[in-house]
Amino acid sequence: MLFWISAFIKIALIVGILVNMAAILLWVERKQSAMMQDRVGPNRAAIPLLGRRFRLAGLVHSIADGIKMVWKEDWEPKNGDKLLYKIAPIIAIVPPLCLFAVIPYGPTLYLKKLGETYDPAWATDAEQVASSVRMQITDLDVGVLFIFAVAGAGVIGAALAGWASNNKFSLMGGLRAASQMVSYEIAMGLSLVGAFMIYQTVQLDQMVEWQVAHTWGIFAQPLAFILFATAAIAETKRVPFDVPEGESELVAGYFTEYAGLKFGMFASGELVEVCTSSAIVTAVFLGGWHMPFMTLQGIDLTSLGGSLVTLPHGVVVLMGVLNFVLKCVVLIFLQLQIRWTLPRFRYDQIMKLGWQILLPAALVNVFATGTVLLFLNASRG
Amino acid sequence: MTAKVKVIKKPTRSLAEQSYVVEIVKGLGLTLKHFFKGTSQLASGNKPNPVTDPYAEGCSTLDYPDEQRAYADRWRGVHRLTHRDDGSPRCVACLCCSTACPAQCIYIKPGEYPVDDPRRGYERYPVEFVIDELRCIFCGFCVEACPCDAIRMDTGTHMTALDNRASFIFDKEMLMSFAGQDGTYKTLNDRHEPGDPSHPGVDRMRGGH
Repeated sequence: MLFWISAFIKIALIVGILVNMAAILLWVERKQSAMMQDRVGPNRAAIPLLGRRFRLAGLVHSIADGIKMVWKEDWEPKNGDKLLYKIAPIIAIVPPLCLFAVIPYGPTLYLKKLGETYDPAWATDAEQVASSVRMQITDLDVGVLFIFAVAGAGVIGAALAGWASNNKFSLMGGLRAASQMVSYEIAMGLSLVGAFMIYQTVQLDQMVEWQVAHTWGIFAQPLAFILFATAAIAETKRVPFDVPEGESELVAGYFTEYAGLKFGMFASGELVEVCTSSAIVTAVFLGGWHMPFMTLQGIDLTSLGGSLVTLPHGVVVLMGVLNFVLKCVVLIFLQLQIRWTLPRFRYDQIMKLGWQILLPAALVNVFATGTVLLFLNASRG
Repeated sequence: MTAKVKVIKKPTRSLAEQSYVVEIVKGLGLTLKHFFKGTSQLASGNKPNPVTDPYAEGCSTLDYPDEQRAYADRWRGVHRLTHRDDGSPRCVACLCCSTACPAQCIYIKPGEYPVDDPRRGYERYPVEFVIDELRCIFCGFCVEACPCDAIRMDTGTHMTALDNRASFIFDKEMLMSFAGQDGTYKTLNDRHEPGDPSHPGVDRMRGGH
């Protein structure tokens, strides 16, 4: 019973947060780009309340945008494929939302022991396990493989949108989206193989546990981190890699013919992808909910000559979740910063980067990791 | 004798430049610097004024409707009719402005002063003074043509957007209700009433020089 209730609450919370994050990121993107380009940025839309106009530093523009999208004419291309045209935006936005299902965003919460210090014996105590809530919607055995499978489905939305619009620009955009995402899917998958070899698992919660026990993935696999982050940014189809959209060449690429809420689904799908890719990088490479000197018992300063400051279990879990959110926010900020710093790659440059640089580098990483692991195992006897 | 050939080495990129990674980090550093500068300026309200301080670091745009660029003194805005000391218009209904107007947007109905008024024969006055601001092309010829500085375009305000054409017909009272950029309804040029003994034009006649 607890499982179902907690699962329902977690799903509702995460989907709600992600969908709202899209609106907030729209604001962040506008305001952040304005700040770094020495502009003022959006600040005119306001909510008149109690005789004052609340502008919230431009956040109201996101609300105005949402309202505008709902009320826009829902135009459809006459000779397009009616069914595919309608389901393409749904296929584009659902996979990024689903990705969060396997991402662990905090340590397991034992509801009956909130005020006590964590004891590893709880994990094996049937009574405690029965009353525990995992900070993860589901711990699938396939873990990261689920992420690859679902993220790969995202390309179908873009490709279908390009096909169903009956527009040459859309078709070109859809083609580019398909080829780009399929190419980077490979580099993305291979870059994680080295991490799998070290973690000895594909389950994300176990990966985080390994990182808590040893060291963060970014230190164990620095090359894989760069490769994976690059491929993940490419998967979101945002600026350095936004040839599928390519305003200067393809009008708006695969969603040229989309208006109103359907366009909004593509746009917010992209922003949700930014969130989910940040969460995946956090879980796989940045230690998930972990922070240096933090353990499940509390804050451990013994390595600095201090002492172990024990904290109640509930506080540790809350800190863990906040750590995870903080890391995600930093990564999202970084992704938006990259989006406004780098110019767009040419189409052939993207393909070259994916196939001739990222893919061989990922393979080298796999071989190097394997060699090091072999030597380590051999030296241990 | 063979010509001396100076071999110039082709510019090459270092490994760091070719790997993108270092250069991308440098670029991110630059944009981050601007980001923090702009954010701190906007949060503290210390945004530099790009008009008076065009080379200042940080935000370089005006927060437009809240902050506005001051117009130059010669900028041509909505017309105004300047006042005399008694509050009547300085206009003497000479029709110079309406004659000079290429858009023919000025209509003046001149009137004579009463018989016993000292100004009768010296000048006339506008019974009606109407400008159709929709016809006006804001060329400023009327201001140039005016011999007594009665019509000026120094209000510093735009022609506002109004919702019907009739509102764009500005009459005498309306034109006199606008103040100049200095906030007054006068001009700096002196006006001399008929029979004014201090009129500078008669100095030489009086043998002062």
